[in-house]
Amino acid sequence: MDVRAQVAMVFHLDKCIGCHTCSIACKNLWTSREGTEYMWWNNVETKPGTGYPTLWEDQDKYRGGWEVKGNQLRPRLGPRLGVLSQLFYNPYLPVMDDYYEPWTYDYETLANAPAGDDQPTARPVSRVTGRYIDLEAGPNWDDDLSGSTTYARNDTNLSNLTDAERASLFQIEQMVFFYLPRICNHCLNPGCVAVCPSGAIYKRAEDGAVLISQEKCRGWRFCVSGCPYKKTYYNWRTGKSEKCILCYPRLEMGQTSSCFHSCVGRIRYQGILFYDADRIEEVARAPESELVEAQRSIILDPKDAAVEAGAKKNGINDAWIDAARRSPIYKFVKDWELALPLHAEFRTLPNLFYVPPLLPVINATKKGVYEIAETDYFGAIESARVPMKYMASLFSAGNEEIVKKVLKKLIAVRSHRQSKKVGNISENQANALLVEAGCTASEVEQIFRMTSLPRYEDRFVIPPYQRERDVETAPDRTAIKQKGQTGLGFTQAPRRGP
Amino acid sequence: MSWIQDITNPKERQWEDFYRNRWQYDKIVRSTHGVNCTGGCSWNVFVKNGLITWEMQALDYPDFATEIPPYEPRGCQRGISFSWYIYSPIRVKYPYIRGTLIDLWRNAKKLHTDPIEAWTSVVENPDARRSYQQARGKGGFRRTSWDEVMEIVSASMLYTARKYGPDRVVGFSPIPAMSYLSYAGGSRLLQLFGGVNLSFYDWYCDLPPASPEMWGEQTDVQESADWYHAKYVAVMGSNLNMTRTPDVHFIAEGRYDGAKLTVLAPDFNQVAKYSDWWIPLNAGQDGAFWMAVNHVILKEYYVDRQTPYFTDYVKQYSDSPFLVVLNKNGANYQPGRFIRANTVSRYKNIENGDWKFLVYDLKSGEARMPKGSIGSRWANKEKGKWNLEMKDALDDAELEPALTFLDNSDEVVQVEFTDFDKQYASFRGVPVKRLTTEQGTVLVTTVFDLMMARFGISRGLAGDYAASYDDDKTYTPAWQEKFTGISRETVMKFAREFASTAESTGGKCTVIIGAGINHWYHNNLLYRSAITALIMTGCIGRNGGGLAHYVGQEKLAAVAPWSTIAFAQDWAAPPRLQNGPSFYYVNTDQWRYEGSFTDYNPSATDSYLAKGHTMDMQVRAARLGWLPSYPQFNRNSISLVEEARKAGAQTDEEIIKWVVEQLKTKKLRFAVEDPDAPENWPRTWFIWRGNAIMSSAKGHEYFLRHFLGTHSNAVATEKAEGTVNDVEWRTPAPTGKMDLVVDINFRMDTSALYSDIVLPTATWYEKDDLNSTDLHTYMHPLSQAVPPCWESKSDWEIFKLIAQKVSELAKTKFPEPVKEVVASPLQHDSADEIAQPEVKDWTKGECEPVPGKTMPHLRVVTRDYANLYQRFVSFGPLARQNGIGAHGVRWDIKEFYDELLEMNPVQEWSGNRYPSLNTATEAANVILHLAPETNGEAAYTAFQHEQERVGLPLTDLVEKVRDVRTTFKDLQTQPRRLLTSPCWSAIINNGRTYSPFCINTERLVPWRTLTGRQQLYHDHEVYLAFGEHLPTYKLNPTPQQYGDNVQSKPDGNTVMLNYLTPHGKWHIHSTYYDNEIMLTLSRGIEPFWISEQDAQTIGVKDNDWVEVFDDHGVVVTRAVVSARVPKGVCIFYHSPERTISVPRSPLRGNRRAGGHNSLTRTRLKPVLMAGGYAQFTYSFNYWGPTGVNRDTHVMVRKLQGKPVW
Repeated sequence: MDVRAQVAMVFHLDKCIGCHTCSIACKNLWTSREGTEYMWWNNVETKPGTGYPTLWEDQDKYRGGWEVKGNQLRPRLGPRLGVLSQLFYNPYLPVMDDYYEPWTYDYETLANAPAGDDQPTARPVSRVTGRYIDLEAGPNWDDDLSGSTTYARNDTNLSNLTDAERASLFQIEQMVFFYLPRICNHCLNPGCVAVCPSGAIYKRAEDGAVLISQEKCRGWRFCVSGCPYKKTYYNWRTGKSEKCILCYPRLEMGQTSSCFHSCVGRIRYQGILFYDADRIEEVARAPESELVEAQRSIILDPKDAAVEAGAKKNGINDAWIDAARRSPIYKFVKDWELALPLHAEFRTLPNLFYVPPLLPVINATKKGVYEIAETDYFGAIESARVPMKYMASLFSAGNEEIVKKVLKKLIAVRSHRQSKKVGNISENQANALLVEAGCTASEVEQIFRMTSLPRYEDRFVIPPYQRERDVETAPDRTAIKQKGQTGLGFTQAPRRGP
Repeated sequence: MSWIQDITNPKERQWEDFYRNRWQYDKIVRSTHGVNCTGGCSWNVFVKNGLITWEMQALDYPDFATEIPPYEPRGCQRGISFSWYIYSPIRVKYPYIRGTLIDLWRNAKKLHTDPIEAWTSVVENPDARRSYQQARGKGGFRRTSWDEVMEIVSASMLYTARKYGPDRVVGFSPIPAMSYLSYAGGSRLLQLFGGVNLSFYDWYCDLPPASPEMWGEQTDVQESADWYHAKYVAVMGSNLNMTRTPDVHFIAEGRYDGAKLTVLAPDFNQVAKYSDWWIPLNAGQDGAFWMAVNHVILKEYYVDRQTPYFTDYVKQYSDSPFLVVLNKNGANYQPGRFIRANTVSRYKNIENGDWKFLVYDLKSGEARMPKGSIGSRWANKEKGKWNLEMKDALDDAELEPALTFLDNSDEVVQVEFTDFDKQYASFRGVPVKRLTTEQGTVLVTTVFDLMMARFGISRGLAGDYAASYDDDKTYTPAWQEKFTGISRETVMKFAREFASTAESTGGKCTVIIGAGINHWYHNNLLYRSAITALIMTGCIGRNGGGLAHYVGQEKLAAVAPWSTIAFAQDWAAPPRLQNGPSFYYVNTDQWRYEGSFTDYNPSATDSYLAKGHTMDMQVRAARLGWLPSYPQFNRNSISLVEEARKAGAQTDEEIIKWVVEQLKTKKLRFAVEDPDAPENWPRTWFIWRGNAIMSSAKGHEYFLRHFLGTHSNAVATEKAEGTVNDVEWRTPAPTGKMDLVVDINFRMDTSALYSDIVLPTATWYEKDDLNSTDLHTYMHPLSQAVPPCWESKSDWEIFKLIAQKVSELAKTKFPEPVKEVVASPLQHDSADEIAQPEVKDWTKGECEPVPGKTMPHLRVVTRDYANLYQRFVSFGPLARQNGIGAHGVRWDIKEFYDELLEMNPVQEWSGNRYPSLNTATEAANVILHLAPETNGEAAYTAFQHEQERVGLPLTDLVEKVRDVRTTFKDLQTQPRRLLTSPCWSAIINNGRTYSPFCINTERLVPWRTLTGRQQLYHDHEVYLAFGEHLPTYKLNPTPQQYGDNVQSKPDGNTVMLNYLTPHGKWHIHSTYYDNEIMLTLSRGIEPFWISEQDAQTIGVKDNDWVEVFDDHGVVVTRAVVSARVPKGVCIFYHSPERTISVPRSPLRGNRRAGGHNSLTRTRLKPVLMAGGYAQFTYSFNYWGPTGVNRDTHVMVRKLQGKPVW
C-alpha cells in the first residue's frame, strides 16, 4: 500500500444553475492574457450538447485517454514511442474551429465615430486577425439548448439511445437539459502526463495537482490530444501548453480554488482523499461496467489504522490525516456513494466526482392539453425526463444501476425531510423509500445537512500546506532567506524550455 | 519531505512561482455593483500595482441562524466580470459633447459674455436647435473640459427656469437602493432647483400594482433566506436561476429539506429544469390557472370542509368579513361600496366615520365597527385604535365577525358579475342581510360571500354556478383549460398540494413571481389571482410564506433619512416627483398613436369612469390630484407668483387662492392638457445611473422622434385625433422637445450615444456609497478601490459641481431667493388618503376646487439659486424641525441631529452650523446615524411613535438593540444586518429571516389599506366601473386589438410571434450586455430565440440573421433556434443596446436597426390611475400605471441578403 493524498472535488449537479461564475473567476485570475483568451480552464456545458471544444467526448475523433488492449492499458493515442514518432504529425488535435476564434469589438468607434448620417455601432473583431469577424462559434455556443438542432441532437452520449428515445427527448413536454461544469480532473492516471514527449507534466506529490511546467514545456501539444477531457490548451503566444492548476497558489494559502470559492449555486466541495498508488494500473484496467466500483476501491479509509500508518510513512502529517478524515469528498464518494466520476471509461481515474441531477417529472400532451402522470410526490425515478442510459453514459460508464441508485437516494433524502417537516408524504412512504434506496435515516440526515446547510468550512476542507518546508526542499532556498526576497525580481513569463 | 523528490526534482518546480506571482495582490477593498439586479452582493475588489485586477466574492456575511443555509457566496457571472469595464475601451474617460453643439456654443460665447444669454441665442435659433438635435446619435462627439461643459449645463438649467419654469428641468435615474448617494446627488440638485425626478419602478414595470391594491405597500417581500422555510414553492414569470443567481441555492437547499418546487412557465427555462414539476401553461395565462386554483381551494377548504386555520386567518387579516352594499340594478344587484360606519346610528358621529367600516357581529347580531380602518389611522381625537384587534372601536367589545351569511341570511339576491372572457354578465345568488341605516334599509353581504359568487363556488344557491369542476363555467378547472392548455387534473392536484401544505405548516407556501407576469397589460389581475390563493390559505405574514416579487431593487432600507436628503426635504418641500409612465406616455407623444383603450380593455359598465382615451384619464388624474403632472402648468411657476402679487396677493395663502381661481376660470391650464405646445415641453434632461433612452424606453423610437428630434424607424400612424376630449390636438406633432440631454455614464451606451453631453462618472469600484436590497437584510458599502479613473468623477461630485456652477451663474439672474408654486398630488401614507370619499370632478362643477382635497396640493416654495451649492452640502434645518419618516411613520430627530453636529464634520455659513454632506461618505454617515435600520435608538424612537397610533406595545421589538450604531467604516469592515424597523413589516430579531407582514399578523399593526386588512375587494368607484372590484380574469389584448402591426404586413416568409423580453443570463438590463466576457460566453450578440417549428416555417436556421419588426420599429439580429421555446412565442432578452453589433435594416430604408424597445409602445392601464382614496393615493414609485409591454406581437423574417453595416 502506497498511501498518497489527493485534492479531490465534488460537483452537486442538482444544485448547479449554469451561471458560469466559476468560469469567470478562473478567467479573471489565470487566462485573461494574450494567448490564453480561448482557454476556459473551468467551463460549464449544457447537456445534452456537444460541449467545449466541440464533441470533446468523441474519442474516435480525438483519441484521448486510455484503452485496454489485451490486458495492457495504453494511451489511445498510442504508446509513448509511437507518440514520439508522430511529433510533427498529430491528426487528432482539435483545431481553431473546434474551439472558436476569440473576438472583441471595435468599441472605440462609439466615442470616436465622426459625425455621419446614422448611428455608429461596435462590430465584432477577431482577436487573431484583427479583422471584422462573422461569429459562428463560441466557448458556450449551445448554452441552455441554443441551436438544439445542431448541438444537443449531436451529443455523443445519445448514441446509445433508440431513435424513439432521441426524438422524444426533443419534444417540449419531455425534453430536458442540465449543466455540466468542468475543470481538469487532476486524474490519478492522467492521459496528458503519459503522452508528453518533454516530460513537462507532473503530478505534485503533496496534493496530486497535475501541472505543466512552463519551463520544460516545448509546446508539442500531445497533452491536448491525450487528455480525453480536453482540459489542456496551447498558448499561442508563449508556445507552451497550459491547464487548470487547481489554484495551487490559493490552496497553499488554505483557500479553496477560485472556481470553488465563487460557486454561487454552492454545488462545489473540495477536500482530500487518500488512495493507494500501487493499485492505479490495476483499477484503470477494470472492465467498463466495474470501473466506478473499482475507482471507489482505490480510495482508502483515512480512519483505518493501516492507512494512517501508511500515510505517515509517506510523510503525510497529522493535520493532513485529520483533513482527510473530515473530507466532504470522502463522504460523497465513499460513505454515501452519491458522487460519480465523469466518463470513467476514459480510464484516467478522475478526481472530480458528480452528483447527477434530479429532473422534473415527465408529462404528456393529450388533445392539446397538458396532462400530468400520477406519480409520487417528488416524482419517480422511473418517470424521469432523461433516459437513464444517457446519465449512465456520462457518470457510470454505462452502468445504469449505479446512477439509478444515486437518484433514488436523493429522492429518499427529500422524502424523509418532507415527511418530517410537512407530512404530504407519510412516514411509512418515506421509510419505504429509504429502504428502496438502501440507506438509513441517519445517513439521509447527514446528506441533507451537507447538501442544505454546509458552511464554507464544511464544503471546503483544505489541509494546511507548510510552505516553509516546501521552500526548503530546493537546495538554494531557506525559509528565512525567502522571507526577505519573496516577490522581488522581474516578473516575466518563463522562458521556452530547452 | 523527501518523497516529493521521488516524483519531480524540486528544482524543476521553482517555475511554480510564475502562477504564485499572479495570485499576489496589494489591496482588497469591499464594494458591490450599483446595478438594478437586486443582488446587493458583497465583493472584494483586488488591486495590484495600482490597477484593479479582478474581484471575488467576500464570504463574511454575519451568519444569523445555523439552521438556515448561509448567504455566502453572493455574486454572479455578471458581477464577477465587472472589472473588465474599468479599463475597457467602452469606458467614458472624458467629458464629451456633440461637435455641432459645441461649435454653436463657442460661437455664441463670442457674441455673449453671459452664458445664459449665449444659451438663449443657441436654443432660440430654430435652425441651430434643429441642427444639433438631428445630429443626436450619429457620431461626432468631441472631448471637452469639465469647465466648459458645466457652464453649458448650468446655463441651460437657469435659462429654462427663467423662460418656462424650473419644472421643465427633469432628471431620470433609477433605483436608489443600488447606490443611495449616487442617486441622491442628482435628485438633491434637482429638488433644490425645483426640477422634477422621474420615477422608475413603475416605468420599468417592476412595480406590482397588486401590492398597493391589496396591501397598501409598494413592495415588501421575503429575503431569499426565507425561501428556505417554504415547504411549497410555486414559481411563475421568474427565472430564478438566471435572474436571482446568488439566491437560488436557497431553493435547492429547501428542496432537500422537503420542499416541493413547481414552475409555471411557457418555455422549458432554467428554473423549470430545476423544478420537481413543470407546468407549461400558455404565455400570459397564469391568471386563468390561479383563478381555477382558487376555485378548488374555496370549494374544498371552505365549503366541502371547514379549515379552521384558513377561516380564522381570513377573518382577522383580510377584509373577507367586511360588509359591502349591494346596489339594485333592474331586477338584480351589483356589488357596491363598503358600508360606512357613520351610516348606522350607533356610529353616526364617530370621527372619520366615512372611513370606518362594518362587520356583522355574531355575538350581538348587529353590524359592528372593528378597529384598524383607515379612519382610525388618521384620527386626531380617537388615537390608539389603529390595530387589528377584532374589537369594537367604540367600546372595546370582542367581536365575532360572520364570514358568510349562508346560514343566516335575510334573503338571497341575484348579483351581477361580468365574465370578461365571454363578455357577458352572469347572475349568481348571494346571501344578504338587511341593514337599517340612517338613509333607510340597505342590503349588505360580506366580501367573502361576494368572493364565493365571483369564483362560482356552488353552495346550493340559485344562479349561474358551476355544477362541478368539469363544468366549463367561471372559474372551474375545466374552464381554464382553453386558456392555459393545462388539464383540469393538474389544477386540482396543484391546488390540493398547495393548500394542504399551507394547512399543515401554518402558511409556508411561497409564490415567487416576476417580470414574466408583471409585464402583461393585466398584470394586476394576474397578481391578485395568486395573492388571493395565498391569503385564502393563510400564507401572508408568515416565515416561509408569501408573495415573493423580485423585479428591481426597490428596497431602500434606510428610506427615512435617505429620502430627506435625496429630495432635499431638509430645505424645502414638497419635492416634484413625477410618475415616469405618465410622463413618457404624454411627453414622447405615444398617446397620439392609439385610440380608445376600450378597443382592447373591456369594462364592466357604461360609466364614464371606464371609457374613452387613456390620455383623457391621465388629464383627469392630474386635475383631481390622483397623479402628479409635470411640467405642471402652461405658465412659469415663478412668474405665476409674480403675477399673483401684481394682482394683489400678499401671503402664500392669497397666492394659492389666486392660482386656484386662475385654474377654475381656465386662465391657467395644466400643461398635460396641451402637452405639444412649446411652452409645455420638458427642456433639459439629466440621465444618470440608467439607460433611459434604450433599456427602459418603452416606445424607444418615439423617444428618438419626439424627445430628441433625430431619426426614428417607427411607421405607425397617429390615431388619437377625435378620440381625445380633454387634450389639445396639435399638428404636426412636435419633434425634438428637449433642448439639452445630459448623460452621466461610465459606459458609452445607447443613452450616452444619443445625448448631447456625456459626463464620465466613476464606476462602482471608484466611489463610496451605500447599497441595500430586499433579497437579503444586510447594509452594504460601495468603496473606492482606486480613485476615479481618467477624468471621471463620482455622481455626487458631479452634481455638486453643477450646483456650484448654477450658484455662480445665478448671481446675475437670480441674486435673491424667488418663490414659485408647486403642485403635488394627494399623498399616500398621509391624511390625504381620506380626502375623497367619492369621485367628484371640480372641472365639471361637481365640487369646488380645494387644493389637497378635490385637486392637487398647491404650495408656495422658496428657491435660493445663489445659495444652492451651500444648501446642497449642508443637512438643512427642516429635518431637525419636522423630523423624518417613511410609510406613514414619522418621528422627531432633534437629538440625533444635534449628535451629528458634535460627531461629524459640519458646514458653517451665514452664521449657522449644519451637519456636512460635502462628500458622499459624509452623507452616508448621516443616513446611517438617523436610520432606524442602522441605529437602535432611532428604531426605538420610531417604534415609540408608531405604538401611540397603533395602541399596542411595539418598542419591545428593539429594546435589546438600542445601543447598536453603524458607521460607513463598519460596513466596509463587514456588512451589517439591518434592525427591525417600523418602516418595514418584518420581524427579524433572533435569527429570523425577513418575511413581510409578520408585524401585521403578529403585532396587529394594520396594513396601510382602506380597512387596514389585506384588501380582496376594491370599492374605488373606478374599480367598480372597470369590474375589477374582485379578482377576475380578463383576456389579454389580441394583436388585432392592440394594433402593433397595421402598417407592417407579413410577406410569405413571415411569422407573427408573441414578443417576450424576460431578463437575460448575460446582462443586467443593458449593463454587462456590452461586456466582452459576457458576450463571449453567449453568442456575441443578443440573439432572438425562436422555436424549431417557427424557424422552419420561415426558413431560418440557427445563427441566421433575422429581421424582427412591427409598426414601432425594427430589430436585426441572429436567431437561436431552440427546442426549449414553444411555438408561437419568441424570446428577446431584455435588454440589448444599439451600440453592439447592430446592422442596418433593409425593411426600414437601410437605417441602423434598433434595440428591444424599438418594438414596443407604452400603454397605460387606466384603472391604475384611480387615486385620492386610501391605498389608491399617490406615492412616488408606489402607485400609478406601469410600463407594460408583454402583450406585443412582432413579425419575424429571415434577413434578406447579408447584413449591411
